[in-house]
Amino acid sequence: MSRVYWMEVKMELRKMTRLRQYSLSTICFPLTFYIFFGLAMAPSFTFGAMSMSKYLLATYGAFGVMGATLYAFGAGVAVERGLGWLEVKRASPMPPGAYLIAKAAVSITFGAVVVTLLFALGAIFGGVRMAAGQWLLLWTALVAGAVPFGAIGLAIGSIAGPNSATGVVNMIYLPMGFLSGLWMPIEVLPKGLQHLAPFLPSYHFGQIALAILGAPAQGSVLLHVEALVGFGLVFAGVAWVAQSREHEKMYG
Amino acid sequence: MPVAELRGVTKRYGEVQALRGIDLSIERGELLALLGPNGAGKTTAVRILLGLSKPTAGEAMVFGHHPASQEAKLRRGALLQVAKVPETLKVREHIELFSSYYEKPLPIAETIAAAGLGGIENRLFGALSGGQRQRVLFALAICGNPDLLFLDEPTVGLDVESRRTLWAHIRAFVKRGGSVLLTTHYLEEADALAHRVAVIDRGRIAAEGTPAEIKAQTKTSGLEDAFLAIMRESGNAPEEVLQ
Repeated sequence: MSRVYWMEVKMELRKMTRLRQYSLSTICFPLTFYIFFGLAMAPSFTFGAMSMSKYLLATYGAFGVMGATLYAFGAGVAVERGLGWLEVKRASPMPPGAYLIAKAAVSITFGAVVVTLLFALGAIFGGVRMAAGQWLLLWTALVAGAVPFGAIGLAIGSIAGPNSATGVVNMIYLPMGFLSGLWMPIEVLPKGLQHLAPFLPSYHFGQIALAILGAPAQGSVLLHVEALVGFGLVFAGVAWVAQSREHEKMYG
Repeated sequence: MPVAELRGVTKRYGEVQALRGIDLSIERGELLALLGPNGAGKTTAVRILLGLSKPTAGEAMVFGHHPASQEAKLRRGALLQVAKVPETLKVREHIELFSSYYEKPLPIAETIAAAGLGGIENRLFGALSGGQRQRVLFALAICGNPDLLFLDEPTVGLDVESRRTLWAHIRAFVKRGGSVLLTTHYLEEADALAHRVAVIDRGRIAAEGTPAEIKAQTKTSGLEDAFLAIMRESGNAPEEVLQ
């Protein structure tokens, strides 16, 4: 039985790695942003007592994991659901959990690759120094973010049409990253926009990562974790309702 | 005992009545063609037998089990109409993955041979022609060594040669003792492959029998004329039928 899950994960990884629009863009997007804002422009900037190279390592790490996850689930599920492939799978004896586990494995793997590459860039070119335990804790927290964002992506993938899903993810991912202070510190944004941030899951994710760094973070870590768990559960519920309604519509 | 059956099945999607009380059974070793115009309810009947859709009333069984049960799934395979198959997996990888779902799958090489995919098994799905793509879907349907196949419009959009090739592979499956439910709106296809034909029209079975019986019933020489005669009788204008 476990062989089925392993096989599903292995094939999903191959499939998505070869899909350049996924593998290249999820890795290159956050790396390019970090090189530009965190390294090229960094020497002149600090935030609090912290260099921008270090500060933005946390937030672009969060941004990268979000991207890897939202595209794998949001766009991936919408296309396979909308264009009939999921039906073929559901008619087969595939264990239903295998499909989601494989998507989660892809999100976590690509999230981990992005975070690891960002860390290497930060350490080598940005002079970022931390205790080994702190590196490890930050890495783990960032990669674990794939879980709540997987639920959000699944909700998008269960509702959006196959042709519009990538656009929908773009429309959510990019502005949400900006408004949550993942591109630049939230405190730099206009006050009005700052009040909006707590309603965005990515804000809480970013704040958790910043707290691990010891950067000036807002609110308590526990509350941010609770907020992410809450967002994850709500969107998992949305996905579940959308999927079970869909099974009963369709044509003759 | 039939390998699969529908008993008094109706299906309503909101206002639309897709099936209006259908009885249908597929016997062991036979190829039953479900024939009818677009929108007649063929795909709905298949979806119910695959457990993808629940009947509004009536009962569906596959090998004596609920159609969505694992027992039923392990003994059947399905080729469905699908608009997009993941293109960045190789033919062999698609087959390996689907084979892993089953308890006693065919050896990979045997599936590749039985679907006529020798020589292209290492190509990405996205690089295949239409006929080759349908043969990969056929391979995924038979790789688990099923006793029963559901083929929903398997040759739609294929050229004559690709269609004939797929027919040969379907015949070979039946020859090995498999049962098949084939839906099609190509009358020639039903005539060439089916032991028995059920003509479905607006959610009802309008006629049922061997291709020869249906031709005799309607005093026509070809299945196409018979089909038109049945449609005319059930009050469906021929223009509508032929679209």
